[in-house]
Amino acid sequence: MAIKKKKTQSKTKPKANQLRKTLGLPSDILLQMHDYMVKSRVLEERLIKIYRAGESFFWIGGPGEEAWGVPLGMLAYKGQGLNYDYLHLHYRCSPTLVAMGLDMVDSVRLMMNRSTDKSTGGRNFSNHFCIPEWNIAPVTSPLEVQYPIACGTAHAQKRSKSKGISIVTGGDAGTAEGDFASALILASRKNQELPVLITVQNNKWGISTSYDGQHGETHIADRAKAFNIKSTVINGNDPIESYLAIKDSMDYIRKTGKPAFIEAHVSRLYGHSSASGANPIKEERDPVKDFENKLLKAGLIDQKMIKEKWEGYEAEGIKAAELARTESVPMPESIWDHTYVNNENADWRKF
Amino acid sequence: MANMAQAVRLALHYAENHYDLKDVFGQDVGAPLGGVFTATQGVKTAWNSTLDERGIIGMAMGIAMTGDRCVAEIQFADYIFNTIDLLKIAGNTLWCTNGQMSLPMTVMTPVGAGIRGSVYHSHSFDAWASRLAGWKVVMPSTPLDAYGLLLSCIKDPNPCLFLKPKALMRVRGEELIPGEPEDEKTLKNMIDAPIGDRSNWKPKWPKIEEYLVPFGQGKITRTGDQVTVVSYGRHLLLCNEVADQLSSEGYSVEVIDLRSIYPYDWTMIKTSIEKTGRVVFVNEDTEVTNFAEHLAYRTVQELFYNLLARPKVIAGKNVPGIGLHPHLEDASVPQKHDIAAAIKEVCAEVP
Repeated sequence: MAIKKKKTQSKTKPKANQLRKTLGLPSDILLQMHDYMVKSRVLEERLIKIYRAGESFFWIGGPGEEAWGVPLGMLAYKGQGLNYDYLHLHYRCSPTLVAMGLDMVDSVRLMMNRSTDKSTGGRNFSNHFCIPEWNIAPVTSPLEVQYPIACGTAHAQKRSKSKGISIVTGGDAGTAEGDFASALILASRKNQELPVLITVQNNKWGISTSYDGQHGETHIADRAKAFNIKSTVINGNDPIESYLAIKDSMDYIRKTGKPAFIEAHVSRLYGHSSASGANPIKEERDPVKDFENKLLKAGLIDQKMIKEKWEGYEAEGIKAAELARTESVPMPESIWDHTYVNNENADWRKF
Repeated sequence: MANMAQAVRLALHYAENHYDLKDVFGQDVGAPLGGVFTATQGVKTAWNSTLDERGIIGMAMGIAMTGDRCVAEIQFADYIFNTIDLLKIAGNTLWCTNGQMSLPMTVMTPVGAGIRGSVYHSHSFDAWASRLAGWKVVMPSTPLDAYGLLLSCIKDPNPCLFLKPKALMRVRGEELIPGEPEDEKTLKNMIDAPIGDRSNWKPKWPKIEEYLVPFGQGKITRTGDQVTVVSYGRHLLLCNEVADQLSSEGYSVEVIDLRSIYPYDWTMIKTSIEKTGRVVFVNEDTEVTNFAEHLAYRTVQELFYNLLARPKVIAGKNVPGIGLHPHLEDASVPQKHDIAAAIKEVCAEVP
């Protein structure tokens, strides 16, 4: 038996080593990506459970975008102000924020409309984050408005000659909005190019409308090409490919001050939102499971480590929900708060 | 004495030097034209945007997110309507982010009829603007107020809308801007671009001083005790003229220039109505759900027992557009005889 076992090891070890070498990224980055991807998935599934338990009114989020969002969050230059990257994200952005250090409980607070929710104070839907300390611009429900806004932050960054760039994310369906075209034009004006990474997460759906009936272009990225913007189409379900493409684009933008464009093909694992049931879509590739299998084959993780990781984050999610449940909710009189800076002039009855 | 276009220019110049105003932009705002009404001529930070209203407002929001001050222009208010959801988002950003992110941006746009501007150069926007919670909205009737209100807008940490009555852009006031040369020809030689080649022209700015018109502070432009007339912008000057004419017929008309549409000076309106017992609200936006209807409603609610006559709203006719022929324009927006008739009618009413 012992000899047999030794034989098996000698057969698999070189294979794993070879696989590791071909993965294209150092082991610590691969393992870190996996960790964030699992955490993000567990968090989103916790949010769906909270919705199903009747503890929230609506869920929308990013299961299926982990392999794109996590590398983006890891590579973003995190901080506040013009010297750091601005992120104009859409509502499937939890993988990015998890990779930037988001505490699960802050996502749960937002989901459960607690007054402790720093992003909106219980005023907005799940994943509508705003984190000024990390230059996370407010996520809005109207699609695509974030694209020209990203050109505004990029414009200010260019003027300040900082190395910070602006990054914008959004879905494929939203590219039909005029704001998408506005951003391509604003970012690429000759001699006034902006340091902005324009990205589209193409999951081939707009709620229930298929991509196929709505697009004449071969790739959405082709539209960027027309403006002489460096553009790439990637498999956004592969975190290694995402990481390398994002890094390459970011390096290019920081070096040249010019825009870059990435179209990442991703999955939408639980449908559009709770409005469409938030049920698992079995036909979609699961980027977390696929990556996990890749790491298993390469011998970077084992089943025990995987189990511990998923269970650890599951426990963290449960604890976050338990904590959020005990926290206060916004009070009716708070509707006037923050209409204007310093709460002035909010209620006309008091002029 | 500066005209309103020059006053706007002077305010922008002052703000560039004292409030760190970094961007003044919009269609044809930069050199060589300096705006279709020349209100941005010679302004150091003025630049030409793409012909894209949503791009302009989106950029302004992004610039404001970084904390930089900007003034964005929509060339005519008639073309601001396709930005209405961006204006809504700009107004709700502070509120939606639980007070975390303010947008210190100013949007300026010419409004109203009076220049035979046909269907798409005559729209008003004050009634629409008053529904944009989170915005401060002003409209001057004199160059000095234009200077003081625009500086207040730029200095303010909230989004501010500066409505320029386009028919008054060449009208001069009776009060000097602090630091302005007394002789209008001297000012013209200093800050008006020459006709023809302007490539080497630079303005010679006078040493102007800070002058702020606070938000929510109206101004009594005619004192009287028989009836109160509340207006702003172009129609304020018409109301003044009517009040002067009617005084020779024995009427005593108090005219209030609201200046600030939101927040508005209710104390001034209230005090005046308590004195006169009669009120006419005048503006040129269309009459159904006009901002003046809100003021009339509040008058009835809070001052019902002080009233000697029913409050009256004189506003634009609820028609789809303002036709080019003078007969059409004059029949669509309030004229002096309409205002005079309304004042006489209110004064004739016996409780």
